[in-house]
Amino acid sequence: MRITCPLCGERDRREFNVKGAALDRPGEGADQDAWHSYVNLRQNPAGVLAELWYHEMGCGSWLTVTRNTVTHEVLKVELASETTLGGAA
Amino acid sequence: MRFSGWRVLKEGLTGNKGWGPHWRDPEPKREYDVVIIGGGGHGLATAYYLAAEHGMTNIAVLEKGYLGGGNVGRNTTIVRANYYLPGNSEFYSHSLRLWESLEQELNYNAMMSQRGILNLYHNDGQRDAAVRRGNSIINQGDDAELLDREGVRRLAPYLNFDNNRFPIMGALLQRRAGTARHDAVAWGFARGADMRGVDLIQNCEVTGIDIEGGKVAGVQTARGPIRAKKVALAAAGRSGQVAAMAGLTLPIESHVLQAFVSEGVKPLIDQVITFAEGHLYISQSDKGGLVFGSYLDFYSSYAARGNLPMVEHTMETCVAMVPAVSKARLLRSWGGIMDMTPDGSPIIDHAPIEGLYLNCGWCYGGFKATPGSGNAYAHLIATDRPHGAATRFKLDRFRTGYGLMDEEGTGAQHNLH
Repeated sequence: MRITCPLCGERDRREFNVKGAALDRPGEGADQDAWHSYVNLRQNPAGVLAELWYHEMGCGSWLTVTRNTVTHEVLKVELASETTLGGAA
Repeated sequence: MRFSGWRVLKEGLTGNKGWGPHWRDPEPKREYDVVIIGGGGHGLATAYYLAAEHGMTNIAVLEKGYLGGGNVGRNTTIVRANYYLPGNSEFYSHSLRLWESLEQELNYNAMMSQRGILNLYHNDGQRDAAVRRGNSIINQGDDAELLDREGVRRLAPYLNFDNNRFPIMGALLQRRAGTARHDAVAWGFARGADMRGVDLIQNCEVTGIDIEGGKVAGVQTARGPIRAKKVALAAAGRSGQVAAMAGLTLPIESHVLQAFVSEGVKPLIDQVITFAEGHLYISQSDKGGLVFGSYLDFYSSYAARGNLPMVEHTMETCVAMVPAVSKARLLRSWGGIMDMTPDGSPIIDHAPIEGLYLNCGWCYGGFKATPGSGNAYAHLIATDRPHGAATRFKLDRFRTGYGLMDEEGTGAQHNLH
């Protein structure tokens, strides 16, 4: 699995750390169920999944990587700062 | 058909013509008391214990592929009861005791081999943790011995004791731990359940779970609808998809864990040995292959195969621990789909829908749990009360934060286990 960083180009998977599913973070004052859902519950799809990856041994960017969990195909890589997923509500 | 030494001898002398199939291949009935989704180790064990201990035989096990084709056939076959935390400790203790009598109970050769497990330690901190865990295991009623460097050397002289970064100072030994023939465990439970009247239905994927008036009413399958009073999930890495059919979202991510086997070599590794660097574990199969593995690949996956960086890491760690294996050639590698919970411990509990039961979240430790899991799950399904050895495997611990069992002490968070 290789990931094409928007800043650094195509790189080995070893340069990256994966955080997990990119989810909308509950806003201030959200209830316990919203936090439970964000912290613990996962749709866990067998198919297309948006994840947060960190380019630790490269530019240090957080990336939103859209990937197929069945084939390991990387479909899209964006800078997390340019997507809304994973940010605070 | 009972197995015995006499029977093996007789069949051997008469051309092995008397052996028959170990279980029937029935058509699904229209209705059952219990439908178990998943014909792997845990599902088959559950069906067996429901029939053997609770007298429930109007049961179907629905398997989308073939029996034992999932994780029970894709693991490194290790059996042990060396857990530290209350909740896990009594459960795996219960499971190991079931392992010890399993072959007699099932009349099936599961090649249970209590060859011992050595958990190596490499520094003072790890030694202290080993002492603490050993005491916890002994308090639970199981066995643990602390070995010093020379004690380890007597059992495994071929280890790299003077590795610069990870010199071996000693090990925690559990002699009752060992390995079992993974496929035979599934087959033994399948045969035992079938003999008691359980229908094992293969090539029967569940495509929907019927809920009527807030209660489970049955399932839709590739072979037609089946009504059921109780529906029990035992779908391991696919738990998320099956639970979604009932409108549930689980605290589970599915990850890939790779395992490896070398070409057959002469007897070298007598025990199961774990290296505290890189999480490596290794044993030698009865055919001579070295069976080993290490970490997850650490990304969500349903591919049942991993990527090369973890292959490289595992090989490096293996050679660091046992330099002699650098000459051996790798024969095969494969991956299993692990149902990972945030705290690394499993769930055996009621689902929030009446008549629906959950058994999932076994992470990378489901094989050793097989009899214990089936036994405890059967108790829950039959009596609607948790088994005494599995009272803490609650679904709502993640919601409340109460009763989390983070055995590794890394934090109860998805990407840390």
